[in-house]
Amino acid sequence: MTTIDVTKPMQPEAGRPAQGTNYLNHTTGIMSWLLTMDHKRIGVMYLVSILTSFFLAGIFGLLVRTELIAPGRTIMDADAYNIMFTLHGAIMVFLVIIPSVPASLGNFVLPIMLGAKDVAFPRLNLFSYYLWVTGAIFAVAAIIFGGVDTGWTLYVPYSTTGTEMNGIIFLSMAVFVLGFSSIFTGLNFIVTIHRLRPPGMTWFKMPLFLWAIYATGIIQVMATPVIGITVLLLIVERAFGIGIFDASLGGDPVLFQHFFWFYSHPAVYIMILPGMGIISELISVHSHKHIFGYRFIAFSSVAIALFGFIVWGHHMFVSSQSPLMNVLFSAITFSVSIPSAVKIFNWLATLYKGSISLNTPMLYALSFIFLFTIGGLTGLHLGTLATDIHLHDTYFVVAHFHYVMMGGAIIALIGGIHHWWPKITGRMYSEFWGRIACGLVFVGFNIAFFTQFVMGAKGMPRRYWDYTDQYRIYHVVSTVGSYIMAIGFFITAAYLIHSLFRGRKAPANPWGGRSLEWQCSSPPPAENFPEPPHVGDCYDYSVLEWDEQEQGYHWRRDIPHPVGEA
Amino acid sequence: MSHAPAHAHEHPDFLRHHFNTPKQQFEAGKLGMWLFLATEVLLFGGLFVGYSVWRGNHPEMFKAGSVFLNTKLGALNTAVLILSSITMAAAVTMAQRNKRGPLILLLSLTIAGAVTFLVVKYFEYTHKFHLGIYPGLKFYEKPAGDSHTLSGSLVNDAGGVDLVLVEGTEPLVQEVAFADTPEAEPTTVAPAAIGPAGLAQDALEPGDRPADDDHAEHLTHPLQDPHRPANVHMFFNIYYLMTGLHGVHVAAGIGVLTWLLIGAAKGRFGSAYFTPVDLGGLYWHVVDLIWIFLFPLFYLI
Repeated sequence: MTTIDVTKPMQPEAGRPAQGTNYLNHTTGIMSWLLTMDHKRIGVMYLVSILTSFFLAGIFGLLVRTELIAPGRTIMDADAYNIMFTLHGAIMVFLVIIPSVPASLGNFVLPIMLGAKDVAFPRLNLFSYYLWVTGAIFAVAAIIFGGVDTGWTLYVPYSTTGTEMNGIIFLSMAVFVLGFSSIFTGLNFIVTIHRLRPPGMTWFKMPLFLWAIYATGIIQVMATPVIGITVLLLIVERAFGIGIFDASLGGDPVLFQHFFWFYSHPAVYIMILPGMGIISELISVHSHKHIFGYRFIAFSSVAIALFGFIVWGHHMFVSSQSPLMNVLFSAITFSVSIPSAVKIFNWLATLYKGSISLNTPMLYALSFIFLFTIGGLTGLHLGTLATDIHLHDTYFVVAHFHYVMMGGAIIALIGGIHHWWPKITGRMYSEFWGRIACGLVFVGFNIAFFTQFVMGAKGMPRRYWDYTDQYRIYHVVSTVGSYIMAIGFFITAAYLIHSLFRGRKAPANPWGGRSLEWQCSSPPPAENFPEPPHVGDCYDYSVLEWDEQEQGYHWRRDIPHPVGEA
Repeated sequence: MSHAPAHAHEHPDFLRHHFNTPKQQFEAGKLGMWLFLATEVLLFGGLFVGYSVWRGNHPEMFKAGSVFLNTKLGALNTAVLILSSITMAAAVTMAQRNKRGPLILLLSLTIAGAVTFLVVKYFEYTHKFHLGIYPGLKFYEKPAGDSHTLSGSLVNDAGGVDLVLVEGTEPLVQEVAFADTPEAEPTTVAPAAIGPAGLAQDALEPGDRPADDDHAEHLTHPLQDPHRPANVHMFFNIYYLMTGLHGVHVAAGIGVLTWLLIGAAKGRFGSAYFTPVDLGGLYWHVVDLIWIFLFPLFYLI
């Protein structure tokens, strides 16, 4: 059996139409993209769509921050402000962060990392992309037909009898449809990992990114149906007044919160676990050192996924939930910090004595460790019953989840985009501008959100349009920080787009990665691997060497090729 | 996992390009279907939890509401669905044994069972609509026109159930005998002890409710008479929700089964490739299973 030659891009299979040699150009025309079953093209379509939504929701976020730069009316009235922060939250959560890493980068690299030709159900994969598009259309319809001003959590009674705005039903439908998009993606990946591993690819030879995607898939499949039925009930409740969540009809509004957080807390791990998977790859590859504690990192992903199902009540400490439940949920919440800390310590141990390249992806990975640690540790303040009563619904909570969601999930996504950009597009971006932009995002982020910890601890409630003068300085600093961060993102967009046209051609392995995606050309051929590839230790970098001429890594010439290696 | 080299000439028509062997493809499909069924169970799981919470908060309205359900029709539907599950299981076996004729017959019988179920359900729903039992706030609205304004007391002196029709302003006392006049004990049940305080009382005495409440005016409907427990609408709401969502799944099942029937008629399925029949069967069994929980929860207890 032949082996993939890592020193050369693979030749096209005999008999393939001679149009091109990679997935981007082997067929052409708009329909070859819109109806593609190729996981790589679907991943790219997801990436473009998600980044567009990220831009849109980012603009909403900047408008919210601008409004808050001074007390009273600055650029919009209170109603418009309510709509603005609701859309910022809803789009960021449901359209961007939840699908971001699995559906875009996961779709692209998962089958290649596994050594498979595609995901298990390519048609379902395309279908879930169009479900995402449908959900996005519903979300836009919610803006056009009336708006939503309840916050992204859609709490009753705000969403049933508390608002005149008619966007609720559209947004609920969007959440329902996006939920099924997420379910099908997770289902597809679980089956792919179970059934499509080629010979030699055992569970413990999989890159840690795949363990993270697998754990994410479990949550997507097991938690998302509950938000589906919840928003379905919300739609019926609002349209017909069935009373399930309406106390005046004998229903129970707290039941909505239980349903909502039964999904939305595990969903937090849908957002962060794939990001942690990316970081495991980035830290190891860019410090050119074998990952430390492989099994611990792998099992901590699964542990986080399982613990994530039984902590939802910590969102409801002040909701009239019974004190006994509060104590139990608080205790279990603390236990989630153990697997999270296991990851952090293993990453730090991987860095120790590594040969660290401060490439852009690595800078994002280091930012992630810093920001996620702050976000995680402040979660303990909120999981503690006594402090939570003071901090509940303040900017402390806002800062906490931005440190985890943005400083964690989004930073990992951007780091992952940089890491796999040469593989996806076949082009190198400007390393100089990449580092500048990462620095701006990191500094701007901390200015914007660390201030909010202070402001929240001093009592500034979240979601308020107006505030007293004592909070003014914090709001000004926070808004300036958000602008710095925005500049960083615009620079990122500029040099990435520039690289598509003017970037240097990427080598097959620019960073010295060992997992299978670095063994096929950049960009990969349409079929990934004509024969199932041989699998080695995906974190053993001792067999690679730098080639100055190629500006990339290849197999060392002084040791034999991995024929028969298992 | 056994590995067969993937050469184009070894690929049967049904084997998709990214699978190496038919076994791999079958196992992938089966795992995918089981995961999908897990999501279905969780989707209904939310409603079962809602049922438990409502029943725990308002036991009296479940007792009063279930009197209106026709146990015989429910039992008939249960029998129909179980039979259709048996024919479905047999259909899978026939596909595996390459028996096309019996496969077509059994799939047709399964579809017939599904259709029968929906027809019976249609009669159950329309009968309730006829009595003015609608889902949602419509339950409290006066029917259009003044002809058949329903007024009712739940329990008559004999311990049965009747409804009194009021024609216009002139009370036309007429007993509407239910086909299955239940032998239920008189349901003079106290308001829920666990529910939010004062709720049941509010519903009984509309005048006491705050004037700005959206729902206050609806509660003056004659169906809300003092003999009838408050919040009985909630029983019907969750009944319509759960059986309605289940009905949607039965309708989707008819679509799946019809697609299988067409495939069977074209001879697509046999011992080498019966995956769709097998997976469609799994789906159908779960739809059946959900009903087996719904029937006792609404009709029997």
